[in-house]
Amino acid sequence: MSLSTLATAGGETFEAPTPGDFWQPLIGNGDFAITRPMFVMALSVVVIGALLLATTKRLTVVPANKKQFAVEALYGFVRNGVARDIIGSKEFLRYVPLLFTMFVLILVNNLAGVIPPIQFPTMSRIGFPIALTLVVFVLYHAIGIKRKGLGGYFKSLMPAGVPVFLVPVVYLLELFTYFVSRPLTLAVRLFANMFAGHMLILVLFLGGEHLLLHGEGLLPAAGVVSYLFGLVMSFFELLIQVLQSYIFVLLTATYIAGSLADEH
Amino acid sequence: MPAWVMAAAAEEEGGFWETAYPVLPHPGELIAGLVFLALLYLLVAKVVVPRLEKAFEERREAIQGGVEKAERAQAEANAALQEYKAQLADARGEANRIREEARQQGAAILAEMREQAQAEAERITVSARATIEAERAQAAAQLRAEVGRLATDLASRIVGESLQEPARQSGVVDRFLAELESTSSPQGVTSR
Repeated sequence: MSLSTLATAGGETFEAPTPGDFWQPLIGNGDFAITRPMFVMALSVVVIGALLLATTKRLTVVPANKKQFAVEALYGFVRNGVARDIIGSKEFLRYVPLLFTMFVLILVNNLAGVIPPIQFPTMSRIGFPIALTLVVFVLYHAIGIKRKGLGGYFKSLMPAGVPVFLVPVVYLLELFTYFVSRPLTLAVRLFANMFAGHMLILVLFLGGEHLLLHGEGLLPAAGVVSYLFGLVMSFFELLIQVLQSYIFVLLTATYIAGSLADEH
Repeated sequence: MPAWVMAAAAEEEGGFWETAYPVLPHPGELIAGLVFLALLYLLVAKVVVPRLEKAFEERREAIQGGVEKAERAQAEANAALQEYKAQLADARGEANRIREEARQQGAAILAEMREQAQAEAERITVSARATIEAERAQAAAQLRAEVGRLATDLASRIVGESLQEPARQSGVVDRFLAELESTSSPQGVTSR
């Protein structure tokens, strides 16, 4: 089942898009196949890298043009609005490069979901969110262990002021939070938003197309409505894409700040 | 079955990954994600962020320099204002002092003038009194001579007896006048 078979299916049956549509191999078909989202991400890295290098080549004290202003605004947003506000003005600067990288990488790859001719959100393939989350997971544990020592770190996971009889339960919950639910939610939140949003748009546009081409009676009109909804949802998706990239770096900064803090 | 046979069979059917749950990470994509993140991170951390931070720092310094300059100007203006105020106070004090001095001098001059006028008046009074006294004395002397002569004339005419000899005349007149003064002096006001 693929997009081409659907287009030539011919009136009788509508094959709804499935998760299988997100599997788009370019070379090979196995565990290490080269897939289309890989290509999209590579492209995004090239584009982001080129843009950042070009816009920061000659920075002036007074912003000389809109490009400098834009890149400074974006950088300042992550630097001051996320990193400094959450991690604190003392140590935030070390983590700004990572947060900024993640923000622009996720943002551009999310936006790829509505940008023609790509129209595929890289993060709807869970491997990519997991890769980013893995880095965050290792980073915030490493910071905590480096800061407090291995024993000290595991001791610091326990919040202060818990009644003695609750300590084992709370500690287990904290362990679960730090080692399971945090990385799991961080990766799945990004993945699921992109996956579901793209799936919805697929259904609306493919279903609309099917109704328009093969529907009888008033059904083609319903196809038009479906297209309109698809358009509306695309704009909504735009919002979600920006929001999710912000949430990802916001949570990353929060986890880093938590590992840096003395108290839980 | 060897792995490559399985892989080939899977490829013929459309592949494991096409029907796999979407929450299963594709290893290739996971590795690609890590690699691309690392690549972009290196670029951002080594080149982009240092450039931006440098620009931020320069801007911060420029702004701080401006602020410092403004503060310096403010301080200078304040100092000048203090100086002007001090000068103004000085000038005011000086004016007050001069006014006070003038007032005192005026008073002194007035007092002196008054004293002089007083003295002058005194002097004039004294000299007038002396003149009057002298004139009175002169008038009295003349009068005495005149009255004597008239009296003797009158007496000689009445008595018929010539009392022309000066010695007699003087003796009689003096006696007469002395008598006259002694009778009139108890009343006390005739001499003035």
